[in-house]
Amino acid sequence: MGFIFKGFGSSGTFAHGVHPPERKGFSDGAPIEVIPPPKKVMLPLLQHVGAPAKPAVKPKTDVVLGDKIAEPGGFVSTAHHATISGKVMKTGIVTLTNGRHVPAIPIKAGNEEQLSGQALWEDIFGGEWPRDVDNYSSKEIVDAISAAGIVGLGGAAFPTHVKFVPNEKKPVHTVLVNACECEPYLTADYRMMLEASAPIITGALLAGRAANTKNIIIGIEDNKPKAVEVMKKAAAGTGITIAVLKTKYPQGSEKQLIMAVTGKEVPLGGLPLDVGIAVSNVSTVAAIARAVVRKKPLTHRVVTVTGAGIKNPKNLLVPIGISIGELIEYCGGLTKDAARLISGGPMMGFAFANLDAPVTKGTSGITVLTHKDVQKEDETNCVRCGRCVDVCPMNLVPTKLALASRHKDIELAERYNIMACFECGSCAYACPASLPIVQLVRTGKAVVIAASKK
Amino acid sequence: MANDIQQAEVVETLHATSLRVQDAPVIHVAPSPHLSNTDQTTRTMMRDVLIALSPVVAVAVYVFKMYAVTQLAVCVISCLAAEMLFTGMRGRKASLCDYSAAVTGIILAMSLPGTAPWYVGIIASFTAIGIGKIIFGGLGMNIFNPAMVGRAFVMIAFASALGASGYQDAKSAVDAITQATPMDAFKQGGVIVPLSSLFWGTTNGSLGETSAIACLIGGLYLCIRRTASWEIPAGVIGTVIVLGGIANLLNPESQWTVLHHLLGGALLFGAFFIATDPVTSPLTPKGKLIFGAGTGAFIMLLRIFSGYPEGVMFAVLIMNSLTPLINRWTVPRPLGGK
Ligand code: SF4
Ligand code: SF4
Repeated sequence: MGFIFKGFGSSGTFAHGVHPPERKGFSDGAPIEVIPPPKKVMLPLLQHVGAPAKPAVKPKTDVVLGDKIAEPGGFVSTAHHATISGKVMKTGIVTLTNGRHVPAIPIKAGNEEQLSGQALWEDIFGGEWPRDVDNYSSKEIVDAISAAGIVGLGGAAFPTHVKFVPNEKKPVHTVLVNACECEPYLTADYRMMLEASAPIITGALLAGRAANTKNIIIGIEDNKPKAVEVMKKAAAGTGITIAVLKTKYPQGSEKQLIMAVTGKEVPLGGLPLDVGIAVSNVSTVAAIARAVVRKKPLTHRVVTVTGAGIKNPKNLLVPIGISIGELIEYCGGLTKDAARLISGGPMMGFAFANLDAPVTKGTSGITVLTHKDVQKEDETNCVRCGRCVDVCPMNLVPTKLALASRHKDIELAERYNIMACFECGSCAYACPASLPIVQLVRTGKAVVIAASKK
Repeated sequence: MANDIQQAEVVETLHATSLRVQDAPVIHVAPSPHLSNTDQTTRTMMRDVLIALSPVVAVAVYVFKMYAVTQLAVCVISCLAAEMLFTGMRGRKASLCDYSAAVTGIILAMSLPGTAPWYVGIIASFTAIGIGKIIFGGLGMNIFNPAMVGRAFVMIAFASALGASGYQDAKSAVDAITQATPMDAFKQGGVIVPLSSLFWGTTNGSLGETSAIACLIGGLYLCIRRTASWEIPAGVIGTVIVLGGIANLLNPESQWTVLHHLLGGALLFGAFFIATDPVTSPLTPKGKLIFGAGTGAFIMLLRIFSGYPEGVMFAVLIMNSLTPLINRWTVPRPLGGK
């Protein structure tokens, strides 16, 4: 796109990767709708990476939207807040879509008035957003992020304040805003860019301010020209750069995005911070803006409910803790040929069957596939074609990882760097023998970890 | 093989109270990724090879007439029968539907002379499938290219039928068969076959090797479809050009030029159809280049210094045996690794 990255040797994409069908058409034209407030929410104490949060309210307490209900349980942890107004009930156990059973604080709505519809939208994303953020100090911003309980909304749910706490040894020189949304089907970030560009820009500026850098880049894939246009307009005059990247999966993975935009390699087992970069998703920076400018915690998020298995695919602004069943019902329910419910997108998302599972801070979408979508050829022996090698964005040899896992051969697994695999699924997607490579790698990693603990 | 880590496919019906669906759909829970590229499966890869072989087969039938038809029929039928028999003996489901046995049969037939008696084809086929493939555990587990294992066996067992003179039958009604093979004619008598005959394929030789153009068309199709990795033929052809060029320079009087090396014998057929067998070649692009280059080097070594006029089969088998080593040397550096 004729874009020049000053001082960076980048090709505008990363090495390897795959091109799964995009299928964004189900929901990319659907403006974000605000779902009516539910009667009840379940707020899991562990819906983020790190230590579980600790309850900060007793049962039977009345809370209003935004009240803190749980304290962070450590530095890498996060607070949680009431996402509707109502009464706190006795802590229960919920099963998350990833299969984990975690304690959760229920809040039941009574007759109190709930912020809803357009008013809720205005409160969260509407109104004016400052473009001059110099009067906020770095500490002020990091504290506000931490107090608001913000985690990465792209799906990883890593506590955001951790990335921006100033680190003398590893100063951040670039803030990279991840707007790739490279998973097929999902359109939540895309709609956010079209409908809430102002808080995104403010949030990106604040993130830069927190990390003490003016070098802010928003990376968008070239299959979203409308978002590129809107964001370019919104960013004009702010010094923020919009980087247009060649569409490829998994560009939205931190390491691949850094590679695509800056040409830098994050060291194996390291973090983006090691190369002076902080990466945050677009929706996350919008939450940062709200936390800093309006002093409001993270209570709602945009979730795409999509796929051929959903009657009316939509993008919804929903309170965290609402049950996934309610979202599906709001979208007209499942079609008869629905075959698989996935939280997230089809490449890395978790399949689940429990519709009572709550939406968490990391739930970027609910994808419902049909029998036709999930059809696979029968598994055959590996034909050693090397296609998995050709597509692995981490430059691994997936077939050897699968083999090592099958034979529980730890030495082989380590020689081929099994721990570097981040389970993006490119290899299994491309494998002509339909080997469950990712599944095998997961088992293999568990074996390696278990052995290292001995 | 891996029953303990079988894909956990749980089938559950929805049990949410919040959703009132009559005859609720059946929901499967399975590990990610939930999509797969169905354009390319083991079966479509084998089908691609069959398509790519069709020009080669067509030229063979045109040049060698009934010789080609009979040899093809013998080898394909024997390979399928052998596959069924041996997989049955090992108590496995026959893997006939992945076409791989048919591919082995055709490649084997194409690498034999049309004049080879019927029992040679049958024995070669049973050796290819039985020793070349099934005892290793079937498709994907074998170390050596099955068709080449079969061919090597009959070449040693029936040396006369498969030696250079076995190709020739002066009394044959088919023109090509009345002549000596180009490589042999040169080795024995210094006779140079015009390049155009080598290009179009109107010479004697193993059924599939004579026509350079047919091998090129089919081979390029395989590379474009990415069913074969271009690195392998590129490595073979590149090395042959370099070594053949050097041989030419050292021995400028020789009429057998680099182009003769390239177009003559089984070089192109071997480079595109035999060396590219994914199962028996390395995994990484770099490994594939090394494999191709090694194959090319051994071919030239055998052609120039050995008693055999041809070297493709042995070169491929030697490199097959080196493949595990090459894989070990070419473990790629992971992103961010040292
Ligand atoms: S893509 Fe599949 S069949 Fe090909 S080498 Fe990798 S694991 Fe084996
Ligand atoms: S080995 Fe891991 S990182 Fe590489 S393609 Fe497969 S899932 Fe992705």
